[in-house]
Formats: sequence, C-alpha cells, structure tokens
Amino acid sequence: MRRPGMRRNPSFWRRLDSASRHAWPASCTIFGLFIIGLPLGIPGQAELRPAFAMACVFFWSLYRPASLPAPIVALTGILLDLLGLSPLGLWAVLLLLLQGSTLAARRRLAPQAFLLTWVSFIGLASLFSCLGWAFQSLLTLSLLPVVPLAVQVLACAGAYPALAGLFIRAHRGPAAGELA
Amino acid sequence: MIRLSVPFRQALSRLTLPVMLMLSLGIVLFGRADQNLGDHLRAGLDDLLAPAYQVIAGPIEALENGTGAIGNLFNLAHQNAQLRAENVKLLQWQAVAMALQAQNDALKSSLDFIPRPAPDFFTAPVVADLGGVYARSVLVATSPTDGIAPQNTLGAIAMDGRGIAGRVVEAGARSARVLLITDLNSRIPVGLGVKGSPALMVGTNGPDPKLLYWSPGQPPAEGDMVLSSTTGGAFPPGLPIGVVHYDAQNEPQVLPLANLDDLRLLRLFIYPNDQPQLTPIAKPGKPARSHKQPAA
Repeated sequence: MRRPGMRRNPSFWRRLDSASRHAWPASCTIFGLFIIGLPLGIPGQAELRPAFAMACVFFWSLYRPASLPAPIVALTGILLDLLGLSPLGLWAVLLLLLQGSTLAARRRLAPQAFLLTWVSFIGLASLFSCLGWAFQSLLTLSLLPVVPLAVQVLACAGAYPALAGLFIRAHRGPAAGELA
Repeated sequence: MIRLSVPFRQALSRLTLPVMLMLSLGIVLFGRADQNLGDHLRAGLDDLLAPAYQVIAGPIEALENGTGAIGNLFNLAHQNAQLRAENVKLLQWQAVAMALQAQNDALKSSLDFIPRPAPDFFTAPVVADLGGVYARSVLVATSPTDGIAPQNTLGAIAMDGRGIAGRVVEAGARSARVLLITDLNSRIPVGLGVKGSPALMVGTNGPDPKLLYWSPGQPPAEGDMVLSSTTGGAFPPGLPIGVVHYDAQNEPQVLPLANLDDLRLLRLFIYPNDQPQLTPIAKPGKPARSHKQPAA
C-alpha cells in the first residue's frame, strides 16, 4: 500500500519515465537542429536553425531551467557552429549569454502574458543575432550582408509562437518531470 | 548517485553557466588559433551525419518522387504544359547541337587536336543543406566503396546536370562538404564570352554571384557565357558556370546554370593536380624563371 509522505525507492520504469521527461527539451533541441538540415528546399532554412536554437533556449530557460542546463546549451551552440559554418564556439557563447539574460529576467517574465514574452524574445533574439553578425564581420574584417540578419530576426519572430505552442504542450505533458 | 549537500549543490548550479561561458570563450579563442580544430570536428560530425541523413531523406524523396519540393504535387498540370513547350524548344536545340558537334569534330580532326584525358568522377547524393546564415554549403554522402581516398576528393569540382555548383572544401570517409559558388568566400577565376576574357566571380551570399576585375576595355557583355578558367590552377578550363546578366544597379552578375536552390545529385570531378599555373611561385633560393627566359 502507498503511504503518502514516505520516500520510496522508485522502480526502474519510474526512473526511466522521469529521465525521459527531463531529457525531452534537450533532445528535442539537438534533434531539431539536425532535422532543419534536411534538404527540404524551404526558403530561409539556414536562418531558421539559429532561430530554432534561440527559441528553445529562451523557452526552456524561462519555464523549466533544470531541463536545459548550461552544458547542453553550450553543446547546442557548438553543434550550430559546426553545422552552419560559423566560427567555432561563437553560437555557444551567444546561446549561453541568451540563457543568462533569460534566467536573470525569469522572475519578472515567467508570470507575464504570452504577448509580452514573445516581444521580449524578439528583443533578445535580435540583440544576439546582431552580436553574432558584428562578431563575424569583425573576424572576416568585412561588412557581412545585412539581409540574412534581417531574415534571421524575422524567422525568430515568426517561429516562436509555433514553437511555443508545441513546447507549452510538452511542458504540461511529456516534459513535465513532476508527473513522472 | 553522489549525494551532495544542499548549499554545495546550489553553488554548483549557480557556477555552471559562468564556467560554461568561460569554456566557450576559450573554444572561440582556440578555434581562432587553430583553424584545423574546427575543420576536423566538422568533418567528423559530417561523417557521422551523412549516413543518418541518407536514411531520413529516403522516405521524403520517395514522397516527392525525387522532384523538388512537396509543393510540386499541386501544380502538375501547369508544369506539364511548361515541360511540353520546353521540350519542343529543346528538340530544335538538339538539332543545332548535333550540327555543331559534327562541325566541331571536323575542325578538331583537321587541327590534329589532342583531347584532354577525362577526369575521374563519381556521383553523390546531396543529403543535407548545411549552409549557415553567412555561408552556403551542402553535404554530400560519399561511400568508401567508391575507391577514392578522401584526400583526393578534397578540391574536387561539383557539378549538377548543367553547370558548376561548387568545390569540395572538406572530405571525410563518408561525406564531403561542397562550398557553393554563391558563398561569400567563393572566388572563382572565369573566362567570359567567346574570347574567354578573364574576370573573377565572387559569391555574395545571394542567389547570383557578381563579377569583378575584368580587363579594361573588355567589359562583360549581357548574355555572355561564363566558363571556368585555369588562372590560379584550381579549375580546368571551359566548364560551364553561368550567363552574364546586368542587374538593376547596372552591375554584372552571373546567373548560375546549376540549380543551386534544389541540388539533389552532384557529380564530383577529380581533376589531376597539374593544372597549368599562370604565375609560378618562386621558391626561395632558386631564381624565378619562366616568363623572363625568352627575353634572353
């Protein structure tokens, strides 16, 4: 018989369930990066990859920070650099900075309405996209074109509501560690 | 599982982000200092990913019938009409091409023309579109059974059915990364028109590369054929790249023949590494020769 309040040694299946729930955001983020590489011929596909990574880091740092720890974010950034031919480590730094600023604003931002979080995501995403553009321009010692930068910011703005819709469901279902 | 005291665990969780940030900054510096690190990691990752992408891409291609985006299914009638019109035009061109081929053969035989040996080539499927925001590249899956060593694949010229698409910049055992001609870092010496007047084709990250450094008095003419040139020794002469077109700002661009937005199969041509070089590199200790000698 179960007694509430007593710690029990969880069974194997319970632990597996709990582990899979905790791993959902991280594995979804990394798997998504690879999926966006498929040759689907979608315009702006290259710009969608950093936008997707930023949306994942922002959302999970805001609502479930324990599920996306800093080492996973750094790994995501390095994968993004390797896949997208940007200087190694650049996106790791940018994503970690994004996570840091999201965590700093977390207490004020988390209880707000969706529209406000969306607008703040667009602000943060454009800031870090511009930082990435400036850094890469500095490294190549030439002014990189701004059109991809604008497309990337637009992709961030457009992709966030769709991704957030998916993530909110996951947040209540398959990624909810407390339901295990 | 290791049990840690609560304050220690809190301190640890607060420290991970700054520590990872410092580590990532270190990776940036290290990657700048040693460019090979990034290339090695990328080649390793590409080798891992290429077979996986091939597995996933199979069903998608089956769904698309191997003909571009899924959207193609919706305008079949329009495409059919277009194809029929195009076919009529192409049949006329075929007649012209056959006549020209016969003429070309006759001229070659009367000139005792020695044909260049055909290069090794193999066909590889494009499995992933791994461009970045400021980079244009695709990943092709090669198989170790092709019998071609990765170091030979490096520098191979990638062409789709119609023209040059790019050049292999990284090659592993199971994958090769092709830098497209539209990439910002792509610089290809080309010959323009019938005379093959030299110019440089520079990628702009947009769909059409631009032309720079043509010889004075020989500006590129609208509609000129753009062919590869041996200047610099990286490309063989005479491979088709595109057609000159002046944009709205009156600057010459190249409209690539290759369908760069939707590459499915690429042929990788491995040319022998002895292309003639226009400017020989003088080795220290030895006097530079070549063009000065005839004057003596």
